Amino acid sequence: MVSGPVVRARPANGFSMNEMVEVGPEKLVGEVIGLDSELATIQVFEDTTGLRPGTPVRGQGLPLFVELGPGLVGEIFDGIQRPLKELRQQWGDFIHRGNIGTALDRERLWPFTPLVETGSQVTPGQKLGRIPESRGVDHFLLVPPGIRGTLRRIAASGEYTIEEVVAEVETEDGGLLPLQLYHRWPVRKLRPAGRRLLPAEPLITGQRVIDTFFPLAKGGTAAIPGGFGTGKTITQHQLSKWADADIIVYIGCGERGNEMTGVLVDFPRLLDPKSGHPLIERTILIANTSDMPVAAREASIYTGITIAEYYRDMGYDVALMADSTSRWAEALREISGRLEEMPAEEGFPAYLASRLAAFYERGGQVTTLGGERGSVTLIGAVSPPGGDFSEPVTMHTKRFVQCFWALDKELASARYFPAINYLQSYSAYGQRVAGWWGERVGGEWNSLRMEAMEVLQEDARLQNIVKLLGEEALPDDQRRIIESARLIKEDFLQQSAFDPVDTYAGPDKQYLLLGVIMHFIRRLRDIVEARIPLYQAMDLEVVAELHRAKFTWKGDDPQPFSELRTRIDQAMDAILRRQAEPDHTAIIGEEKL
Amino acid sequence: MSKTVDRHQDLRLAGPELEYRGIDSISGPLVVIRGVRDVGFAERVEVTGPDGAVRQGRVLSVSEEAAIIEVFQGTSGLSQPGSRVRFTGRPFEFMVSAAEVLGRIFGGLGQPLDGGPAPFRGEPRNINGYPINPVARAYPRDFIQTGISAIDGMNTLVRGQKLPIFSGSGLPHNRLAAQIVRQARLPGEQEGFAIVFGAMGVRHDEAEEFRRSFEESGVLKNVVMFLNLADDSTVERLITPRIALTVAEYLAFEEGMHVLVILTDMTNYCEALREVATSKGEVPSRKGYPGYLYSDLASIYERAGRLTGRPGSVTQIPILTMPDDDITHPIPDLTGYITEGQIVLERTLAQKDVYPPINVLPSLSRLMSDGIGEKRTREDHRNLSSQLYAAYARARQVQRLAAIVGAEELSPTDKRYLTFARAFEQRFLAQEEDEDRTIADTLDLGWELVMLLPPQELTRVREEEVEKYGRSHGKTADTGNKEQPAAP
Ligand SMILES: Nc1ncnc2c1ncn2[C@@H]1O[C@H](COP(=O)(O)OP(=O)(O)OP(=O)(O)O)[C@@H](O)[C@H]1O
Ligand SMILES: [Mg+2]
Repeated sequence: MVSGPVVRARPANGFSMNEMVEVGPEKLVGEVIGLDSELATIQVFEDTTGLRPGTPVRGQGLPLFVELGPGLVGEIFDGIQRPLKELRQQWGDFIHRGNIGTALDRERLWPFTPLVETGSQVTPGQKLGRIPESRGVDHFLLVPPGIRGTLRRIAASGEYTIEEVVAEVETEDGGLLPLQLYHRWPVRKLRPAGRRLLPAEPLITGQRVIDTFFPLAKGGTAAIPGGFGTGKTITQHQLSKWADADIIVYIGCGERGNEMTGVLVDFPRLLDPKSGHPLIERTILIANTSDMPVAAREASIYTGITIAEYYRDMGYDVALMADSTSRWAEALREISGRLEEMPAEEGFPAYLASRLAAFYERGGQVTTLGGERGSVTLIGAVSPPGGDFSEPVTMHTKRFVQCFWALDKELASARYFPAINYLQSYSAYGQRVAGWWGERVGGEWNSLRMEAMEVLQEDARLQNIVKLLGEEALPDDQRRIIESARLIKEDFLQQSAFDPVDTYAGPDKQYLLLGVIMHFIRRLRDIVEARIPLYQAMDLEVVAELHRAKFTWKGDDPQPFSELRTRIDQAMDAILRRQAEPDHTAIIGEEKL
Repeated sequence: MSKTVDRHQDLRLAGPELEYRGIDSISGPLVVIRGVRDVGFAERVEVTGPDGAVRQGRVLSVSEEAAIIEVFQGTSGLSQPGSRVRFTGRPFEFMVSAAEVLGRIFGGLGQPLDGGPAPFRGEPRNINGYPINPVARAYPRDFIQTGISAIDGMNTLVRGQKLPIFSGSGLPHNRLAAQIVRQARLPGEQEGFAIVFGAMGVRHDEAEEFRRSFEESGVLKNVVMFLNLADDSTVERLITPRIALTVAEYLAFEEGMHVLVILTDMTNYCEALREVATSKGEVPSRKGYPGYLYSDLASIYERAGRLTGRPGSVTQIPILTMPDDDITHPIPDLTGYITEGQIVLERTLAQKDVYPPINVLPSLSRLMSDGIGEKRTREDHRNLSSQLYAAYARARQVQRLAAIVGAEELSPTDKRYLTFARAFEQRFLAQEEDEDRTIADTLDLGWELVMLLPPQELTRVREEEVEKYGRSHGKTADTGNKEQPAAP
């Protein structure tokens, strides 16, 4: 039976669950997702037009897998790891269907340097050889999980294809295990690691609202929910560009083709602030655009996370973006519907929550089998229907993530970006990464952000009154809060992804900028306490300088910030001094009216 | 995609041609026929009733026992014993060559309505198209001037973008679309657009109005129309946009033309999809629409863009009417999640007699930031647009507040915002149906408006920009905090 992406077939000689299959003469790739006494249910990852009953289905004898080895970095694959550049060579500008061979290039020669001598005892996860994969990334040949024994042979330094055997390990049971530069791994099986660690080091993203207010940790999990056009993709692109991870895995899961193209165009030109090399040289792209087959959308998430775990096992910090996990959940729903399973909430299958949990569980900071530290940070976009966060995917995701960056339609429509609503968002890592900030950046980090947050919360309360009565109705000490919050919002939280300077703010810049803004805010209190009209301070030239600061200074030099601080003090002191000369104040006051 | 490869692919989809007599059951737009052999999923079928009329259809699912077929022209007139079903062994295809389609009018299934012959040259093309390899796409960047300030200034359209109009019943979306078609061009380029027009369930007079507007502006010879009208079969609507886009892709990527595709009304399309899903007894998701509405719409909207190394482009302007003006309804909601922004029309603006009644706040062009700026439009474009957004968002809050406390109670600054709001709606948004503003006109007007605000409110523009563009237009810049009379 053929109905959309789901095919039912009578297996000739028995399939196993999750086995990869080839359907029909074109060898369409599929996976067994259900078995009963008579029929195997198969999801086909490609267009099924023209498939007819009686078409042969061949089992491949192994579960849906990815190829892991050098040649992943800088590449773009589809949801089942077909290399899209290679596909274009063969098929032209449009994607057709059928099996076209392998994910990794079989011909390419890779420089290999052995790291262990013949005869050594080797253990799971140990690094056997180094393969420079890009300028920024060294790839390592690892002893596979569960394997220990004696290294019987290792290739000399030289160039090898991924299929050549470069090492042989005599295992404890006496077998000889040949190792190539690549291997296959089933996507639905998590790669084992050692101990799980508690993430305590921030993943610096260069985005102020995130790093300072709702920080993410290396090995942490985060969700970005938001209606259409609120900034999920731009945020994820920003994180892919600027996050201080070693490897970025970006999964375009059921989203726009042009967004993937945008990454392909931008990333070779932009430089990683950490390594100085083009960003593309640490990035792996997985694209199942919204017009590609829906079953491959479901697979794309697993393809991506398996690759992420693989680099983690080499001791890297990997950050994975999934845009959007809602499309993945909807793919689950569609397949489930075709299987006529009993739907739970909103037509989603009952196992939605456990699938989401299992996905986020694959993130984390660990000691690798080889004894190093590695991490996979997971950042999932969520696209709730109608922008309503009470729907199943958002609700369940919220249970499994530690950071929640809620995007706000109102803010987005006023072009207030990032449109992260600071009242609804949270991060469980704030206190845990405070140590890092305190040591590396500045001792006041935690108190500054708390103080700023208090202003914002008080402002939110006052805004309810303002909505009804207008700002005029408030006394000056309350308007001070409103003005202070405005400064924090406009001069710190708002950050343009498109401004060449503002797009990235390193930890030092964030700290210095918030420091000088909070300094001004504290001095504002003096003004109001001295009963000086607020506008006298707000009209000062230093306020304009505060507005400009984020666009001007990169934060590598603290001097302009401390100079501005001095100018703020001078200007404020001048106002306070003039207060002592009542005549003068009266004139300024009149002018205002 | 070279032609040979495409052809090869289509052949692979092919199966034998088969004909069966009799139908086993009929339900709504679906017929079931049992005991079929060698029928392929999604292949095209022809169902002939006892009346001799041939109806087009498509295989929705097939097993060894039976095939379920959706019939595009409806099942009325079919009977179980007296009908014949021919399986063509091929997917739904449309024959296309530029010479045979430009200037023509076809029905919703591609049948000629203008008395001309059916196209017979060129290649038969699978109307579902194929996904564009993201590696092959060229990122769209070329600014299209529509001459409409709310679009050019604040929601800029670029060549290869998909930018829908979210409207409501009775709002002037058709007039707006027609104006865009008349005025759209690249500044400095002579060559205009070829227009592919796909109508799904629109009234006769609406379709006729479009045709007349194309005729009057002299573009008719560059227009292809596919008309599924309000009294045509609903299921046929599932095919119409796909044929339209097949033609658009051909004109753009084989013939090198810049193509503007207007699809209206996508709401009717979605309702047809729901009807078929319901007949099949599928588990519905929100508001009865099938769970795959997103993927289905994406298979239409993603067929836009540019390809590297090929001269043409497909720009899509789908139109949809939001049921109850509700932007969270699944149709606009899922559309917004797929398209590269949206132009939102608002009833309250229309009631204030503002044409075009575009509410810029929920509107968005995601490709704007790459299509504007120095060398493309003007260096101040981005910041000015951002300032206009911030100001109008605040102005709307002030309008709400004024409705509660009364305008007299507002602070001087808030009063200036009220003035700004009025000027923005009446002068920036509102324009004549034949008024074609250059981008420079639009930006200058924008400056004139933001200069109505007190200088310290201009936090999104740079001092140098205010100096260079603002001062020359704003009459109020150097008067500090003093109250200004309302703009004319
Ligand atoms: N940090 C930012 N700086 C400047 N502009 C931004 C920023 N974030 C978002 N935007 C603006 O908002 C628009 C929409 O953002 P984005 O495409 O990320 O939305 P989205 O949430 O991914 O929407 P969808 O769910 O439809 O994919 C962008 O095109 C851009 O104009
Ligand atoms: Mg997005």
